Amino acid sequence: MDEAAAKKVIVETLQGKKGKSKFYLKDFYAMVPDGKPREVKNLVNKMVEEGILEYWSSGSTTLIGLKGVGKQAGAEHED
Amino acid sequence: MAKHETPLLDELESGPWPSFVSDVKREAQFRKENPRNINFQIPADAPDDLLGVLELSYKHGRTHWKHGGIVGVFGYGGGVIGRYCDQPEMFPGVAHFHTMRVNQPGGKFYTTEYLRQLCDIWQMRGSGLTNMHGSTGDIILLGTQTDQLEEIFYELSHNMNQDLGGSGSNLRTPSDCVGQARCEYACYDTQALCFQLTQDYQDELHRPAFPYKFKFKFDGCPNCCVASIARSDMSFIGTWRDDIRIDQKAVAGYVGGEFKPNAGAHSGRDWGKFNIVAEVVDRCPTKCMRFEGGKLEINNKECTRCMHCINVMPRALRIGEDRGLSILVGAKAPIVDGAQMSSLLVPFLPVEEPYDELKAVIEAVWDWWMEEGKNRERLGELIKRQGFQKLLEATNIAPSPVHVKEPRSNPYIFWKAEEVEGGFDRDITEFRKHHLR
Ligand code: SF4
Ligand code: SF4
Repeated sequence: MDEAAAKKVIVETLQGKKGKSKFYLKDFYAMVPDGKPREVKNLVNKMVEEGILEYWSSGSTTLIGLKGVGKQAGAEHED
Repeated sequence: MAKHETPLLDELESGPWPSFVSDVKREAQFRKENPRNINFQIPADAPDDLLGVLELSYKHGRTHWKHGGIVGVFGYGGGVIGRYCDQPEMFPGVAHFHTMRVNQPGGKFYTTEYLRQLCDIWQMRGSGLTNMHGSTGDIILLGTQTDQLEEIFYELSHNMNQDLGGSGSNLRTPSDCVGQARCEYACYDTQALCFQLTQDYQDELHRPAFPYKFKFKFDGCPNCCVASIARSDMSFIGTWRDDIRIDQKAVAGYVGGEFKPNAGAHSGRDWGKFNIVAEVVDRCPTKCMRFEGGKLEINNKECTRCMHCINVMPRALRIGEDRGLSILVGAKAPIVDGAQMSSLLVPFLPVEEPYDELKAVIEAVWDWWMEEGKNRERLGELIKRQGFQKLLEATNIAPSPVHVKEPRSNPYIFWKAEEVEGGFDRDITEFRKHHLR
């Protein structure tokens, strides 16, 4: 999968998830099965830099989701 | 008059120890009087409201902080931890109260000028409250608002040449002991290694890379002043391969009372005359020392470098000269499965720039954990779940007795068929020639 295709898959997969807006890095590995963890990690971080995704952090763990999607409350299991 | 009544918190000031409550009250008072005319960029009464919300939590027995948040500085996925109060109307001063982690300097060496500059920024743009240092080692700046984050980061990085530390599923701020800068026990240059790996792994430090947090700590010797063996996923502990150097004249000096044991560290009480057999030889955990005819001998093959004898008689006993480090893995705090100390992975590596051999071990461990680790699973938990042997395979390190906790009583290692000559199949007729049923 090339980079553009991988990005597309990631965005579409996230858009398709209902009721959940934030994901572990590991969930992204599954979306791009032919990429090595390190490559997927680099791609995800790049997508954050490009403003497509954003980080959410509890301080100890980091979750990642589409920018602006899901309320802050998502973290508190209210949505 | 305090802004909020805090009878429960006041109790914390009544014990024998210094209390953070007194510290917060002091900052609250300072901000109220503002003798230096600081142009506060977040509510001046943030420390008052912090006391208020904490008092409320004590009363209710539950927290009033929400869990985490989406804050950070551009390009970084760590170093800022979002904190929001769930009673913002009652406590507007701490409605947002984000934490910033600042990468502490190697060995925690500061100049007063640096500390002053840091506090000036933080008093103006934050709550003025700090935690020196967090358990990872960072300087923790406690409590600011979202619009101040980029400002603070700009001032830290541009005016103080200072970076943020790690948080979340990142490499956490590497931390080291003072090492060769001050300590004659240091078996390698902890600061050089800590600095270089911090530079080399900037991406892992600033952006999430892993299933969970990952900590590096560098101790120059097994005294473990930064507690690497108890608190880091990967501990780098200085050691030596040859013999402890003994100066018999100095040994006699200790025995004769010329030198104080432990460099006088325990002199608050009269422990009586120094007794080398009771205090050193008999306390050697591997029983590898002997004191006979005024001469101290060490069977270095059995010594585990516990540092006890060297700590007691630093003038007489010194670390060996063939120095390097051991790599241990898997320590963590208690959250899942209880606390764990790290286990020995690499018994000895010379420490040579550019640290390629060492980095190869680090990256092999990361690859395995990134592939196999579950979400929020620390390296030590993965090792427990899949077995240490899996880690040995992933890092291509041959199993050896040092990997077994008690090799003399439990030399237990699983062999695979391909590792055993002839595999597990045997010719039963041939076997029966030598062994009866
Ligand atoms: S860990 Fe060892 S080398 Fe480092 S400061 Fe402590 S005693 Fe010295
Ligand atoms: S360092 Fe520890 S194990 Fe080694 S000789 Fe001294 S007391 Fe014994």
